[in-house]
Amino acid sequence: MKTNIKVLGPGCPKCKTTYNNVLEAIKQTGIDAEVQKIEDIETMMQYNVLTTPVLMINEVTVVKGRVADINEIKQLLMQ
Amino acid sequence: MFDWLQNFADWLIYTVFAIPANSRLGESLNFFVFDTLKIFILLFIITTIMGIVNAYFPVEKIRNYLSRNKLYGLEYIFASSFGVITPFCSCSSVPLFIGFVKGGIPLGITFTYLITAPLVNEVAIAIFAGAFGFKVTALYVITGIVLGIIGGFTLGKLKLEKHLTPWVQNIIANAHTEEVLEVEHISLKKRFPGILKEALNIVKNVSIYIIIGIGIGGAMHGFLPTGFFEHYINKGQWYAVPLAVIMGVPMYSNAAGVIPVIQVLVAKGIPLGTAIAFMMGVIGLSLPEAMLLKKVMNWKLIAIYFGTIAFFMILSGYLFNIIL
Repeated sequence: MKTNIKVLGPGCPKCKTTYNNVLEAIKQTGIDAEVQKIEDIETMMQYNVLTTPVLMINEVTVVKGRVADINEIKQLLMQ
Repeated sequence: MFDWLQNFADWLIYTVFAIPANSRLGESLNFFVFDTLKIFILLFIITTIMGIVNAYFPVEKIRNYLSRNKLYGLEYIFASSFGVITPFCSCSSVPLFIGFVKGGIPLGITFTYLITAPLVNEVAIAIFAGAFGFKVTALYVITGIVLGIIGGFTLGKLKLEKHLTPWVQNIIANAHTEEVLEVEHISLKKRFPGILKEALNIVKNVSIYIIIGIGIGGAMHGFLPTGFFEHYINKGQWYAVPLAVIMGVPMYSNAAGVIPVIQVLVAKGIPLGTAIAFMMGVIGLSLPEAMLLKKVMNWKLIAIYFGTIAFFMILSGYLFNIIL
């Protein structure tokens, strides 16, 4: 099954770093995943977030309010 | 507390590099070494402590608490104090704002939190402590908390709901207090390596600004005579404080570097109240935040929001100039 990854954040530097880290982690692990970047606030609020950036894997929030580094994302993807 | 560090800086500059202690270059370099090390040590300690506190009081918990409890006005004090302990990034201001009003938290209390959270943050506290000592830092933190309470309360009384964008008004109309956000439950032991890593990250990210700031400060420290600025800026000029706040707004991203420079300006004769007002403008008001808030407020409300905060910053600047 394709892994669904969402990065939520209104386009601040931290959100961009998270997004790039996700892309790199996918490249390094070779996992089949689709990545969505959600920048629209109204859509974002449907996920009940308070702090950004938020990283969601298969609709589960795994990281919120901070940048996750590549190794951490790789570990999360492997689970 | 930092005598050992001063001894180290003295030894390094005056003995190892053999630069005379009474020379301008020696004074500048000594200041640079001492201040850089002191601020980095404090920054690491304070961000770690804040990380631990925050592990126990994540913002979700705070929101749930404020949403559930009506405390007869005391919630302003809580919201403002919570703003101190939670880390804040201006890009989170909009989701926070929506999350708060969605949980039925009144607009005034939401504003209180939004004022204090950026104004009193761990980086500002650490650099303040390093540059001005703990007494001035305590004064700054307390002023920040009081400013959040008064500012939020004032904004709450102005009945500003009609200036929110329609979709936000919709959210407020459907707000309910029961909705509880998930809080992560991980033991501190498991979390601690992450907290340390995060603290190191924060130090790393602001280090370049701090080093540049202390570098400029160090040069001025050694080369400008004491009282140099007294001719230009003194307590007698009524316009100095408002000007200081306004000038501070565009410098947001360099807050970490601005404080060490201001430390030297104060030593060379700028009134402390004017300096604190300037730093509040730098740290507490930012243009990127205003742009983001456009999603939830109209321009009029953004102007009222920023204007109210700026007004109270100016007021505290005058107050400090009188009492200090």
